[in-house]
Amino acid sequence: MKSAVILLPGLNRDQDMIAALTKISGKPPVMIWQTETEIPDVDLIVIPGGFSYGDYLRCGAIGARMPALRALAEKAAKGVRVLGVCNGFQILLETGLLPGALMRNASLKFVCKEISLEVTNVDTAFTRGYEKGQIIRCPVAHHDGNYFADPQTLADLEDNDRITFRYAENTNPNGSINDIAGIINKQGNVMGMMPHPENLIEAAHGGSDGRALFESALDIAV
Amino acid sequence: MTKARITVTLKQGVLDPQGKAIEGGLASLGFTGVDSVRQGKVFDVELQTTDPNQAKAELNDMCAKLLANTVIEDYSVEII
Repeated sequence: MKSAVILLPGLNRDQDMIAALTKISGKPPVMIWQTETEIPDVDLIVIPGGFSYGDYLRCGAIGARMPALRALAEKAAKGVRVLGVCNGFQILLETGLLPGALMRNASLKFVCKEISLEVTNVDTAFTRGYEKGQIIRCPVAHHDGNYFADPQTLADLEDNDRITFRYAENTNPNGSINDIAGIINKQGNVMGMMPHPENLIEAAHGGSDGRALFESALDIAV
Repeated sequence: MTKARITVTLKQGVLDPQGKAIEGGLASLGFTGVDSVRQGKVFDVELQTTDPNQAKAELNDMCAKLLANTVIEDYSVEII
Protein backbone atom coordinates (compact mmCIF):
# COMPACT_ATOMS: atom_id res chain seq x y z
CA MET A 1 0.00 0.00 0.00
CA LYS A 2 1.09 3.54 -0.70
CA SER A 3 1.30 6.22 1.95
CA ALA A 4 1.81 9.98 2.08
CA VAL A 5 3.05 12.32 4.80
CA ILE A 6 1.86 15.92 5.15
CA LEU A 7 4.69 18.39 5.81
CA LEU A 8 4.19 21.73 7.55
CA PRO A 9 6.73 24.21 8.93
CA GLY A 10 7.38 23.45 12.59
CA LEU A 11 6.62 19.74 12.54
CA ASN A 12 9.55 17.83 14.04
CA ARG A 13 8.45 14.18 14.12
CA ASP A 14 8.12 13.96 10.34
CA GLN A 15 11.38 12.04 9.86
CA ASP A 16 10.39 9.51 12.53
CA MET A 17 7.07 8.95 10.75
CA ILE A 18 8.73 8.71 7.32
CA ALA A 19 11.20 6.16 8.71
CA ALA A 20 8.42 4.09 10.30
CA LEU A 21 6.29 4.06 7.14
CA THR A 22 9.31 3.24 4.96
CA LYS A 23 10.50 0.40 7.18
CA ILE A 24 7.08 -1.15 7.64
CA SER A 25 5.64 -0.75 4.12
CA GLY A 26 8.96 -1.24 2.30
CA LYS A 27 8.59 1.99 0.33
CA PRO A 28 9.01 5.64 1.26
CA PRO A 29 5.85 7.74 1.62
CA VAL A 30 5.03 10.54 -0.81
CA MET A 31 5.82 13.92 0.76
CA ILE A 32 3.06 16.52 0.56
CA TRP A 33 4.12 20.10 1.30
CA GLN A 34 1.45 22.28 2.89
CA THR A 35 0.87 24.43 -0.20
CA GLU A 36 0.07 21.49 -2.49
CA THR A 37 -3.55 21.46 -3.58
CA GLU A 38 -3.73 17.83 -4.63
CA ILE A 39 -2.67 14.60 -3.00
CA PRO A 40 -1.87 11.68 -5.34
CA ASP A 41 -3.65 8.35 -5.03
CA VAL A 42 -2.43 6.74 -1.82
CA ASP A 43 -4.06 4.41 0.72
CA LEU A 44 -2.91 6.14 3.90
CA ILE A 45 -2.18 9.82 4.61
CA VAL A 46 -0.34 10.66 7.84
CA ILE A 47 0.03 13.99 9.62
CA PRO A 48 3.04 13.68 11.93
CA GLY A 49 3.76 15.39 15.24
CA GLY A 50 5.57 18.58 16.13
CA PHE A 51 4.67 22.23 16.52
CA SER A 52 3.32 23.45 13.19
CA TYR A 53 3.39 27.25 13.02
CA GLY A 54 4.91 27.30 16.49
CA ASP A 55 1.54 26.37 18.04
CA TYR A 56 0.56 30.03 17.44
CA LEU A 57 -3.10 30.90 18.10
CA ARG A 58 -3.94 27.28 19.07
CA CYS A 59 -2.09 24.03 18.42
CA GLY A 60 -2.70 23.02 14.82
CA ALA A 61 -5.02 25.97 14.10
CA ILE A 62 -2.98 27.59 11.32
CA GLY A 63 -1.74 24.34 9.79
CA ALA A 64 -5.31 23.06 9.54
CA ARG A 65 -6.17 25.96 7.19
CA MET A 66 -3.43 25.20 4.63
CA PRO A 67 -4.28 23.96 1.08
CA ALA A 68 -2.83 20.46 1.64
CA LEU A 69 -5.25 19.95 4.51
CA ARG A 70 -8.19 20.86 2.28
CA ALA A 71 -6.92 18.26 -0.19
CA LEU A 72 -6.64 15.79 2.69
CA ALA A 73 -10.26 16.44 3.69
CA GLU A 74 -11.36 15.63 0.14
CA LYS A 75 -9.43 12.34 0.23
CA ALA A 76 -10.85 11.51 3.66
CA ALA A 77 -14.38 12.05 2.34
CA LYS A 78 -13.61 9.47 -0.35
CA GLY A 79 -12.61 6.93 2.31
CA VAL A 80 -8.82 7.20 2.18
CA ARG A 81 -7.30 6.33 5.57
CA VAL A 82 -5.93 9.28 7.53
CA LEU A 83 -3.83 9.10 10.69
CA GLY A 84 -2.89 12.14 12.78
CA VAL A 85 -0.36 11.75 15.58
CA CYS A 86 0.22 14.39 18.27
CA ASN A 87 0.19 17.71 16.38
CA GLY A 88 -1.42 15.70 13.58
CA PHE A 89 -4.29 14.86 15.96
CA GLN A 90 -4.57 18.52 16.96
CA ILE A 91 -4.73 19.44 13.26
CA LEU A 92 -7.45 16.85 12.54
CA LEU A 93 -9.55 18.35 15.35
CA GLU A 94 -8.99 21.86 14.01
CA THR A 95 -10.09 20.79 10.51
CA GLY A 96 -13.27 19.34 12.00
CA LEU A 97 -12.56 15.86 10.63
CA LEU A 98 -12.61 14.64 14.24
CA PRO A 99 -14.70 16.11 17.10
CA GLY A 100 -13.49 17.81 20.28
CA ALA A 101 -10.44 19.86 21.19
CA LEU A 102 -7.04 19.39 22.82
CA MET A 103 -6.24 21.81 25.60
CA ARG A 104 -3.20 22.60 27.73
CA ASN A 105 -2.18 19.63 29.93
CA ALA A 106 -3.90 19.78 33.32
CA SER A 107 -0.45 19.87 34.98
CA LEU A 108 0.55 22.81 32.72
CA LYS A 109 3.77 20.88 32.12
CA PHE A 110 5.16 19.41 28.92
CA VAL A 111 5.11 15.63 29.36
CA CYS A 112 7.71 13.48 27.65
CA LYS A 113 7.65 9.88 28.86
CA GLU A 114 6.38 6.40 28.21
CA ILE A 115 2.81 5.61 29.20
CA SER A 116 0.56 2.55 28.92
CA LEU A 117 -2.26 2.56 26.43
CA GLU A 118 -5.34 0.36 26.47
CA VAL A 119 -6.60 -0.59 23.01
CA THR A 120 -10.34 -0.15 23.49
CA ASN A 121 -11.65 -0.76 19.97
CA VAL A 122 -9.97 -3.31 17.73
CA ASP A 123 -12.60 -3.27 14.99
CA THR A 124 -10.92 -0.48 13.04
CA ALA A 125 -8.49 -0.37 10.12
CA PHE A 126 -5.86 1.06 12.48
CA THR A 127 -6.21 -1.17 15.54
CA ARG A 128 -7.19 -4.63 14.23
CA GLY A 129 -3.64 -5.85 14.81
CA TYR A 130 -4.20 -5.64 18.58
CA GLU A 131 -6.43 -7.53 20.98
CA LYS A 132 -9.29 -5.82 22.74
CA GLY A 133 -8.17 -4.58 26.13
CA GLN A 134 -4.51 -5.12 25.28
CA ILE A 135 -2.18 -2.80 27.16
CA ILE A 136 0.65 -1.49 25.00
CA ARG A 137 3.64 0.71 25.71
CA CYS A 138 3.80 4.04 23.88
CA PRO A 139 5.76 7.28 24.28
CA VAL A 140 4.03 10.65 24.66
CA ALA A 141 5.58 14.10 24.20
CA HIS A 142 3.22 17.06 24.31
CA HIS A 143 2.09 20.20 26.10
CA ASP A 144 -1.48 20.26 24.81
CA GLY A 145 -2.91 16.75 24.94
CA ASN A 146 -5.79 17.30 27.32
CA TYR A 147 -8.73 16.02 25.28
CA PHE A 148 -12.04 17.80 25.78
CA ALA A 149 -15.46 17.35 24.22
CA ASP A 150 -18.92 18.52 25.23
CA PRO A 151 -21.14 15.91 26.95
CA GLN A 152 -23.11 15.15 23.78
CA THR A 153 -19.97 14.54 21.68
CA LEU A 154 -18.48 12.48 24.47
CA ALA A 155 -21.61 10.32 24.70
CA ASP A 156 -21.49 9.82 20.92
CA LEU A 157 -17.83 8.72 21.12
CA GLU A 158 -18.51 6.36 24.02
CA ASP A 159 -21.79 4.90 22.73
CA ASN A 160 -20.51 4.29 19.20
CA ASP A 161 -17.20 2.79 20.21
CA ARG A 162 -15.18 5.57 18.63
CA ILE A 163 -12.50 5.69 21.32
CA THR A 164 -9.63 3.59 20.01
CA PHE A 165 -7.05 4.18 22.76
CA ARG A 166 -7.29 5.19 26.40
CA TYR A 167 -4.49 5.92 28.82
CA ALA A 168 -4.33 2.81 30.99
CA GLU A 169 -5.29 3.12 34.64
CA ASN A 170 -3.27 5.74 36.51
CA THR A 171 -1.19 6.72 33.48
CA ASN A 172 -3.31 9.61 32.12
CA PRO A 173 -0.51 12.18 31.59
CA ASN A 174 -2.58 15.23 30.65
CA GLY A 175 -6.03 15.24 32.26
CA SER A 176 -7.87 14.02 29.14
CA ILE A 177 -11.57 13.49 29.76
CA ASN A 178 -12.41 9.75 30.14
CA ASP A 179 -8.67 8.99 29.68
CA ILE A 180 -9.08 9.45 25.92
CA ALA A 181 -5.82 9.07 23.97
CA GLY A 182 -7.16 8.34 20.48
CA ILE A 183 -10.46 8.56 18.60
CA ILE A 184 -11.79 7.61 15.18
CA ASN A 185 -14.42 9.19 12.93
CA LYS A 186 -17.85 7.69 12.30
CA GLN A 187 -16.82 6.30 8.89
CA GLY A 188 -13.82 4.57 10.47
CA ASN A 189 -11.14 5.97 8.15
CA VAL A 190 -9.79 8.96 10.12
CA MET A 191 -8.00 8.37 13.43
CA GLY A 192 -6.14 10.79 15.67
CA MET A 193 -4.04 10.04 18.74
CA MET A 194 -1.68 11.93 21.05
CA PRO A 195 0.90 9.14 21.73
CA HIS A 196 3.65 8.31 19.23
CA PRO A 197 3.38 4.72 17.92
CA GLU A 198 6.03 5.54 15.27
CA ASN A 199 8.59 5.77 18.05
CA LEU A 200 8.16 2.16 19.14
CA ILE A 201 8.42 -0.01 16.04
CA GLU A 202 11.72 -1.91 16.33
CA ALA A 203 14.24 -3.34 18.76
CA ALA A 204 16.38 -0.21 18.55
CA HIS A 205 13.46 1.72 20.05
CA GLY A 206 13.33 -0.69 22.97
CA GLY A 207 10.11 -2.29 21.80
CA SER A 208 7.72 -2.61 18.90
CA ASP A 209 4.25 -2.15 20.39
CA GLY A 210 3.47 0.59 17.88
CA ARG A 211 4.20 -1.54 14.84
CA ALA A 212 0.82 -3.32 14.66
CA LEU A 213 -0.93 0.02 14.16
CA PHE A 214 1.00 0.69 10.95
CA GLU A 215 0.74 -2.94 9.81
CA SER A 216 -3.03 -2.68 10.27
CA ALA A 217 -3.36 0.67 8.48
CA LEU A 218 -1.12 -0.54 5.64
CA ASP A 219 -2.85 -3.95 5.32
CA ILE A 220 0.33 -5.85 6.17
CA ALA A 221 0.16 -9.27 7.80
CA VAL A 222 -3.09 -8.81 9.71
CA MET B 1 -10.66 52.11 8.03
CA THR B 2 -12.48 50.28 10.79
CA LYS B 3 -10.80 49.21 14.01
CA ALA B 4 -12.19 46.30 15.94
CA ARG B 5 -11.41 44.31 19.02
CA ILE B 6 -12.22 40.61 19.18
CA THR B 7 -12.34 38.89 22.54
CA VAL B 8 -12.12 35.11 22.75
CA THR B 9 -12.95 33.41 26.03
CA LEU B 10 -13.29 29.83 27.16
CA LYS B 11 -16.85 28.56 27.32
CA GLN B 12 -18.42 28.02 30.70
CA GLY B 13 -17.83 24.49 31.86
CA VAL B 14 -14.49 24.16 30.06
CA LEU B 15 -11.70 23.72 32.58
CA ASP B 16 -8.98 26.37 32.38
CA PRO B 17 -5.76 25.09 33.94
CA GLN B 18 -3.92 28.31 33.00
CA GLY B 19 -6.56 30.44 34.73
CA LYS B 20 -6.20 28.20 37.80
CA ALA B 21 -2.42 28.72 37.81
CA ILE B 22 -2.92 32.49 37.56
CA GLU B 23 -5.34 32.31 40.52
CA GLY B 24 -2.57 30.60 42.48
CA GLY B 25 -0.09 33.30 41.44
CA LEU B 26 -2.42 36.06 42.58
CA ALA B 27 -3.05 34.30 45.90
CA SER B 28 0.69 34.00 46.50
CA LEU B 29 0.99 37.77 45.94
CA GLY B 30 -1.53 38.34 48.70
CA PHE B 31 -4.65 38.96 46.56
CA THR B 32 -6.86 36.87 48.79
CA GLY B 33 -10.23 38.07 47.49
CA VAL B 34 -10.06 36.44 44.04
CA ASP B 35 -12.85 33.92 43.41
CA SER B 36 -11.76 32.87 39.94
CA VAL B 37 -9.68 33.80 36.89
CA ARG B 38 -10.39 32.72 33.31
CA GLN B 39 -7.76 33.37 30.65
CA GLY B 40 -8.72 34.52 27.15
CA LYS B 41 -7.34 36.21 24.04
CA VAL B 42 -7.75 39.64 22.48
CA PHE B 43 -7.23 40.44 18.78
CA ASP B 44 -7.06 44.05 17.55
CA VAL B 45 -7.94 44.04 13.86
CA GLU B 46 -7.84 46.90 11.36
CA LEU B 47 -10.06 46.50 8.31
CA GLN B 48 -10.08 48.51 5.07
CA THR B 49 -13.85 48.85 4.98
CA THR B 50 -15.57 51.88 6.53
CA ASP B 51 -18.93 50.09 6.74
CA PRO B 52 -19.36 48.83 10.32
CA ASN B 53 -21.97 46.24 9.33
CA GLN B 54 -19.73 44.76 6.67
CA ALA B 55 -16.84 44.82 9.14
CA LYS B 56 -18.88 42.99 11.79
CA ALA B 57 -20.02 40.34 9.33
CA GLU B 58 -16.46 39.74 8.16
CA LEU B 59 -15.05 39.66 11.70
CA ASN B 60 -17.69 37.16 12.84
CA ASP B 61 -16.78 34.98 9.88
CA MET B 62 -13.07 35.21 10.82
CA CYS B 63 -13.88 34.15 14.37
CA ALA B 64 -15.94 31.17 13.26
CA LYS B 65 -13.32 30.03 10.74
CA LEU B 66 -10.05 30.64 12.58
CA LEU B 67 -9.77 33.03 15.51
CA ALA B 68 -11.92 30.99 17.90
CA ASN B 69 -12.32 27.26 18.32
CA THR B 70 -16.04 27.11 18.88
CA VAL B 71 -15.76 23.68 20.49
CA ILE B 72 -14.23 25.31 23.56
CA GLU B 73 -14.37 29.07 23.03
CA ASP B 74 -16.90 31.91 22.72
CA TYR B 75 -16.11 35.17 20.95
CA SER B 76 -17.37 38.74 20.83
CA VAL B 77 -16.70 41.45 18.26
CA GLU B 78 -16.58 45.14 19.12
CA ILE B 79 -16.04 48.00 16.67
CA ILE B 80 -13.85 50.62 18.39
